[in-house]
Amino acid sequence: MAADRAPGEALLACPTCDVLYAEIPVPEGGRLRCRRCGTVLMTNRAGAIDRTLAASFASLILLVAALFFPFLELSIAGVTRKASLLDAALAFADTLIAPLSIATTLLIIVLPMIRALAVAYTLLPLRLGRPPAEGARRAFRLAARLRPWAMAEVFIIGVIVALVKIAGLASVTLGPAFWAMTALVLLVVIEAVSLDEWSIWQTLDRWPHTPAR
Amino acid sequence: MADARPLAPHPRALTARAAGYVGCRTCGKATALPATICPRCGSALHSRFPLSLQRVLAWLLVGLMAYVPANVLPMLVTTTLGRATPNTIVGGVIELVRYGEWEIALIVFAASVIIPVSKFFVIFYLVWSIRRRARLDVHARIVLYDIVEFIGRWSMVDVFVVAILTALVHIGFIAAINPGPAAIFFATSVAFTMLSAQALDPRLIWDGADHGADTPVANPNG
Repeated sequence: MAADRAPGEALLACPTCDVLYAEIPVPEGGRLRCRRCGTVLMTNRAGAIDRTLAASFASLILLVAALFFPFLELSIAGVTRKASLLDAALAFADTLIAPLSIATTLLIIVLPMIRALAVAYTLLPLRLGRPPAEGARRAFRLAARLRPWAMAEVFIIGVIVALVKIAGLASVTLGPAFWAMTALVLLVVIEAVSLDEWSIWQTLDRWPHTPAR
Repeated sequence: MADARPLAPHPRALTARAAGYVGCRTCGKATALPATICPRCGSALHSRFPLSLQRVLAWLLVGLMAYVPANVLPMLVTTTLGRATPNTIVGGVIELVRYGEWEIALIVFAASVIIPVSKFFVIFYLVWSIRRRARLDVHARIVLYDIVEFIGRWSMVDVFVVAILTALVHIGFIAAINPGPAAIFFATSVAFTMLSAQALDPRLIWDGADHGADTPVANPNG
C-alpha cells in the first residue's frame, strides 16, 4: 500500500492511534484533529512564534529574579527567618535525605530554565528569519521531553498549602520571588497554549540538515 | 474545528503500520519503514514502543514498592519547644482537617493518596486490557490514559510542601520542621509512576480496536 503514495507527499501519523494522514497547509487559527481519536494533529496558531518566544524570555527573567529576591519571610515570637527559592530547593541538603535536594532543584529551577532556554534557542533564529541554529532540532526535542518534569506550577500549589499549614503558627510575608513564581505559572500556561509544535517542526524541516542524531 | 483528511475512506482507518510506515511520537511525521530515526526531528522511531508493557509494569512495581514506606514512615517531623511530633502523609491531612482547613486537606489528600492510588489501578487496568486484547471501550481507555499522563506530576505537591516548611520553619528552640524519610520514598514513587505512564504506548490500546473486525470509527466532531 505504501507504493501508491506520491513520493514527495508528507505524511503524518496520529501519535495516539497511528492513523495515517497527508500533511496539508492549515489556515491561520485552524486546528485539525484526528478523525478517529480526536488528538489535535496539525495547528496554525496566529503569532505562535512571537508569543512562545516572549513567554520563554519572560520565564527566564522571572526564574533568575526568583532566585535572587526573597521568597518568603516568617516571623514567630519576634524572630524572623527568610527563605529564598534556593533555600526551599536545597531544604533537604543537610538532612538524611539529601539526594532529594538534587531532585527538587532540578524540578523547580533547573529544568524550567533549560526548557525556556531550549525553546528560545530554537525559535529566536526563526523569528529573525534566519536558518535554525546548530542543534535546534535537538533543543526543541529536549524541550518537549522535559515538559512533564518542569514543575514550577506544581511547586506554587505546594507553597500555598505550606502557607496555610503555618498560618496559625506564625505570620508569613510574601516576597517578590513568590510573585515572580506565581507569574511564571501564568507563563507556563501561555506557553502551553501558544506553542505550535507541528508548525515549528515543519519550519525546521524546511532547512537542510543531517538527520543524524 | 475540522478533521484531518485521512488516507483511507471513512470508516476504515488506515494505520501507519498497516501502510508500511512508522509515525514519530515527537513531531508526527510518518516515514516509510525500515527507518529507525525520524528524518524531521531526529527522534528514535518505533512503530510500537518496544517492550512497552514490560517497562510500564516494571516502573509501576517499583513505584508501588516506594509508595508503601512513603505512607508508613513520617513525612514531617515538627519540633515545638523541644517536643518532636512525627506526621505521616495521611496524618498531615487529618491535622489539616482538625484545623478546619477542608479545602487544603482535600488538595493534599487528592495529590498524595487519591491520584497515586488510582494511578496504580488505572495503569494496571490498561496493561491488562491491552494484554487481553480486550474489545473494551477504546475512547474511555484513551481518556483514562490521558488523565494518568497529565495528572501524575501533580502528586509532587506534598514533597514541595515539606521542602518549603523545612526551609522556612527553623526558629531555634521555638519551632523547627524537618523532613521525614517518607519524603524521598514518595518523590521516587511519583517519578517512577510518571515513567511508567510515559512508557505506555497509546497506539497499543488502538491496536485492540483494529483487531476487532468492524469496530465503528467514532468521529468526535459528529
